[in-house]
Amino acid sequence: MVKNWIEKNAYNIFMAPTILFILLMVMFPLLFTLYLSFTEWSMGTTAPRFIGLENYINLIRDERFINATGRTLFLAFGSVAIQLVLGTALAVFLNRNFKGKNLVKTLFLLPMVVTPVAIGMVWLLIYEPTLGIANHLLKSIGLDPVLWLVDRRIVLYSLMLIEVWEWTPMITLIVLAGLTAVPTDPVESAMVDGANRWQIFWKVTFPMLRPTLVIAALLRLIDALKTFDIIYSTTAGGPLFASETLNILAYTTSFSYFQMGRGSATIVLFLVVIGFASSLMIWVRRKVGIDL
Amino acid sequence: MTGLQNVNAARLLSAKQKQRKRVAMRAIFYFFMVALLLIVSFPIIWMILGSFKTNLQITDPTKFFRFEPYFGNYPEVFRRYDFFKPVLNSVIIALGSTLIGLFLGLPSSFAIARKQMKKMSIIILIVRFFPGIAFLMPWYIIFTKIGIVDTHLALILSHLLINLPFIVWVMIPYFETIPKELDEAARVEGCSTFRLFLSVILPLARPGVITTALLSIIFSWNNFVFSLVLAGGKTATLPLALFSFITYVSIDWGALMAASVVITLPILIISLVTQKYIIQGLTAGAVKG
Repeated sequence: MVKNWIEKNAYNIFMAPTILFILLMVMFPLLFTLYLSFTEWSMGTTAPRFIGLENYINLIRDERFINATGRTLFLAFGSVAIQLVLGTALAVFLNRNFKGKNLVKTLFLLPMVVTPVAIGMVWLLIYEPTLGIANHLLKSIGLDPVLWLVDRRIVLYSLMLIEVWEWTPMITLIVLAGLTAVPTDPVESAMVDGANRWQIFWKVTFPMLRPTLVIAALLRLIDALKTFDIIYSTTAGGPLFASETLNILAYTTSFSYFQMGRGSATIVLFLVVIGFASSLMIWVRRKVGIDL
Repeated sequence: MTGLQNVNAARLLSAKQKQRKRVAMRAIFYFFMVALLLIVSFPIIWMILGSFKTNLQITDPTKFFRFEPYFGNYPEVFRRYDFFKPVLNSVIIALGSTLIGLFLGLPSSFAIARKQMKKMSIIILIVRFFPGIAFLMPWYIIFTKIGIVDTHLALILSHLLINLPFIVWVMIPYFETIPKELDEAARVEGCSTFRLFLSVILPLARPGVITTALLSIIFSWNNFVFSLVLAGGKTATLPLALFSFITYVSIDWGALMAASVVITLPILIISLVTQKYIIQGLTAGAVKG
């Protein structure tokens, strides 16, 4: 009897722990965050006080929040765009047989698997105004030193450079894998027809790569919107909030200022931004004909 | 006669030229390749070099690449900054959350693959897209209430949020490639679904399991934000211990770089040994769809 029941519901039993986990650890916290976003609460002894949409209204009027939103989008779109162009170019460059190709792939793997906080620490040393190698290089070619992480106008670009270094290899590896899946017949017949390399890439290879590129771009975009470790470990959003993104702002509001209600509202709006990007991705995946 | 010789000589010359051109092209290719590799691996090389320098050597541009190696930073990291504890914490939490993640995630992704639960797989994908911060506050509050902040359990549970969706997401397409006919054949032999999963499907899916296990260990090892909120003095993981270095008044660069190498080394080794699996896992979803 029991055995029969187990056999009949085997797949449900397989699913049960995961569903339970999602309900308890994902759904419930999300709803709780949503509830907190309508309250004022500093985690003290008093209960959260319901204040309706006040947190949201205050946020939308707050320049710091608006700026953080702009920075989040700028950093994510900017770095992913550079990664795509650079990563694809490198993949095309590497797409041939040569000695040491596997070693190259392994080295390309490193930036994205090494602990982000450790990466942040090394770049902190590289960017150090007086003893860093970045300024030493500038000096040796006769340029003025740059306050990489201290100058408010430059800090975002410095962080973008780290992001590009960290994630361009991922695009390269994805495109390389995609290129090996591209059939060689069309390329060969284009060559017979006298097309040059540039034409072959744009007219033959690129269209076949497009689905891969679109998905890689969106995956990267969603992850880039969430960048936290690199920013927090190098600048913590500074100087004077100049590198503060939504993720950092939500963290600071909740866990440094202990404004739980306002922090929750920031998180909810942050989720709206990510949700928009995610649904874009799911829509595009369907559109390019790749089934979920 | 001489005319023919000339033509032959010219041919020979052009063949030689062609070959020379090919050699030159290859030289240029390798030149760019080496330059590229130097750029890609430079920060990691810099980290390793810095870990063998004294603070005086780090500040001296003439000693950027040529210097007398100093081995004192590593003992310093473990002695003065007490790195044994965070290493142990990170190992416990990474292995714990990976094992539980596999235990929960593998059967579920098999069920999703076989029953073609589209909605479930979309939910998992969406969970993967959520930033950790979205769950942190409620957990912090709940974990404080039930008194498990600063325990391994709290961190393992939180790391599951990254590992479980990742494992399920990579494994669904993997299980789908295993033909259903195998299920039926096993059932005819009198295999229960549990037996089928454990002794037929899982062994076939081993490469996928290895990939997801390795990556979920790496993700957990690298995770910073959960420790920042949920860990305390007892359970500080390596990224947190590393981060606390820069809150000291003046930065001990040599020790900081040595500590960075300590945290990076296991990942370097895993990646070097299991490169193929890691690339597969990281690029999954983009190439396979």
